[in-house]
Amino acid sequence: MMLWIGILVASVGCYLLKLAGLSLPQRVLDAPFARRAGVLLPIALLAALVAIQTFTDGQRLVVDARAAGLAAAVVALALRAPFLVVVVTAAAVTAGLRALT
Amino acid sequence: MARLTPDRRRIVRDAVGVGLAVGAYGLSFGAIATSAGLTVLQACALSLLLFSGGSQFAYVGAVASGGGPVAAVLTAVLLGTRNSLYGLRLAPLLRVRGVRKFAAAQLTIDESAAMAVAQDTPPRSRLAFWSTGIAVFVCWNLATLIGAVGAESLSDPKDLGLDAAVGAAFLALVAPRLREAGAGTVFTVAALVALGLTPFLGYGLPVLLAAVAAVAAGWRVTGKTRELEHVG
Repeated sequence: MMLWIGILVASVGCYLLKLAGLSLPQRVLDAPFARRAGVLLPIALLAALVAIQTFTDGQRLVVDARAAGLAAAVVALALRAPFLVVVVTAAAVTAGLRALT
Repeated sequence: MARLTPDRRRIVRDAVGVGLAVGAYGLSFGAIATSAGLTVLQACALSLLLFSGGSQFAYVGAVASGGGPVAAVLTAVLLGTRNSLYGLRLAPLLRVRGVRKFAAAQLTIDESAAMAVAQDTPPRSRLAFWSTGIAVFVCWNLATLIGAVGAESLSDPKDLGLDAAVGAAFLALVAPRLREAGAGTVFTVAALVALGLTPFLGYGLPVLLAAVAAVAAGWRVTGKTRELEHVG
């Protein structure tokens, strides 16, 4: 029961946060602060997510087959590969390395 | 599809690509959720109602590590604050009102926001937002159900390298943004701070703190560039 309450509270909270962003008055957006934060923040969050998804296992820092997958993704991006190719390349390299080791 | 120009068709194709990639990730979410002690129904409810991968993983992770419901809700909601900032950025591009705004809010996530802001005109941003949001919503929820039901029978998602696909997807999403002034600094600071804090804080908070630190660092760099431009 506590799990269900938690799921509903977290869902409502996250939904209201999403709605708030879309609903704030336009002048908030026109402030130079909001505009620059809006440009820099997705970069920062995505960078943090890349790092955490690739180099952590729970609370431990690790370098494993995922790092090779990410390196392959960097190469694919440098070669201007489409999104799906980048993602599949990373998965394939990681899976291949795991199969070998 | 026939009425779409090649550019717009490419946007929809990319959106479906993002949806499929995230769907693959959703398989592991469903599987992890049920193995953490959630029922299939609870796993699906999280994907339908909360619909924000990072927050969902944070919730399940906190439950799995015995963090209790309060800690689980707190981490999930804290991680969800970034969606407010995506919304701030998306509002002038989407210009949604009424019912469409309530739908747009639910679809405001990492992937739809990143795809929308990567476009060069508002109409393309709108197409990218809705097509990515819907593609991800459908794939993510279907995959959650499949992953949750098949948790026992499914082979380890790691065998297919799906865990690495997630990081690569985030990287591919951020790549077009790296041309912005100060982006390199922001990226590096965010990645290092997130990794540096994870051993102490677990999943959730490091992402937010890293973002705050990186934006502050990027602010200084871009501020200096502007001053130089002014002088020159």
